[in-house]
Amino acid sequence: MSHDHDHGHDHHPEPLAPIEARVAAIEAVLTEQGFFDTEMLDQLVSHFEDNLGPLNGAKVVARAWVDPDYRSRLLADGTAAIAELGFGGPEGDHMVVVENTPDVHNLVVCTLCSCYPWPTLGLPPKWYKAPAYRSRAVREPRVLLAEMGTELPDDVEIRVWDSSAEVRYLVLPERPSESEGLAEEDLVALVTRDSMIGVQRL
Amino acid sequence: MDGIHDMGGVDGFGPVDAPPAEPVFGEDWERRAFRVSMATMMALQPGGGFRHSIERMDPAHYLSSSYYEHWLTGVATLLTEAGLTTNEDLDERSGGRFPLSRADRGVAPATPEPDRTEPRFKIGDRVRVREWHPSGHTRAPRYVQGKRGVVTRLDGAENLPDFEAHGGGKVLDPTYSVRFTPRDLWGEGGADGATVNVDLWERYLEEDA
Repeated sequence: MSHDHDHGHDHHPEPLAPIEARVAAIEAVLTEQGFFDTEMLDQLVSHFEDNLGPLNGAKVVARAWVDPDYRSRLLADGTAAIAELGFGGPEGDHMVVVENTPDVHNLVVCTLCSCYPWPTLGLPPKWYKAPAYRSRAVREPRVLLAEMGTELPDDVEIRVWDSSAEVRYLVLPERPSESEGLAEEDLVALVTRDSMIGVQRL
Repeated sequence: MDGIHDMGGVDGFGPVDAPPAEPVFGEDWERRAFRVSMATMMALQPGGGFRHSIERMDPAHYLSSSYYEHWLTGVATLLTEAGLTTNEDLDERSGGRFPLSRADRGVAPATPEPDRTEPRFKIGDRVRVREWHPSGHTRAPRYVQGKRGVVTRLDGAENLPDFEAHGGGKVLDPTYSVRFTPRDLWGEGGADGATVNVDLWERYLEEDA
């Protein structure tokens, strides 16, 4: 960029402060105001890092695969059935589970921000929060899925779920045909985060 | 508001860059930004005002910054608006320019709105999303405003963030999942074989006569 290129108004505002310095500034303000309990906050962060994540959702899916009654309860009242396995809390208290079948594929997005079922999947990956996914999932889901490695036959209906209110969605993927006879704990290992968002079929 | 955050259907962002795995927080400042965001939300209880503080970001800054920078900019804006700091103070503390979001142009209803808990619509009803493009916070995405769809699920009455984000208090309103076909949303440009299901408050909807 040229520095002598002048349109008569300010094209060169003062550079942004480094992001670390901006974070530190807010930490200082909160500390001075008595709002920064680092011990409590670190425990909260550790909870997200250690306890919440797609392994929880995978346990829900595996249980639904081996227990038809559980599957029925899960599809009828996702929040209650997920709570049976001990998972719940913020961003997980209005759960709807949508089931993939040979004819229907479900895909979850939040076009407005980053809504995501924290208790079962943890915090969302970067791509889920980025413009490309949020803009295209509702406009060209089949093309987007193919680009992400999931080619769906034309006769498979895609249902996109934009979580714009209080419900958070979990996709119940189809059980892989080669998983016959596997125990529930072995099935858990087959379930990926992406299959529960709906960008992957197992 | 028709902000940069409202991305459904916008063209031009290219392929999704999805690495197979990533840490919960990629860099230490992201973890710290998450902490200050949680602390600010506990202190100020902004409700929908937190999302709106991000929605008001300068569009160029929004697109050129990553997710936790959005959060940081939002909470810095909220702390400034709450009178706990100033933009000058933040510039000085950070040793450079600390960009904040634009001013809040949203307004709360002039008279308090009543709770509504009895749903007016039932499964199968055809509805039209109102088209009003408010200056403040809403959870009715631009790409469904004015569009026609079918109610497929009733989800109970929930706090409507549009009022709360602008000081209108908590007001209950029934919520629904509404199914749209690609033709409903994108006209001749809509592909077959997909539906888009959007969760909407009742005050966003009207009967499709």
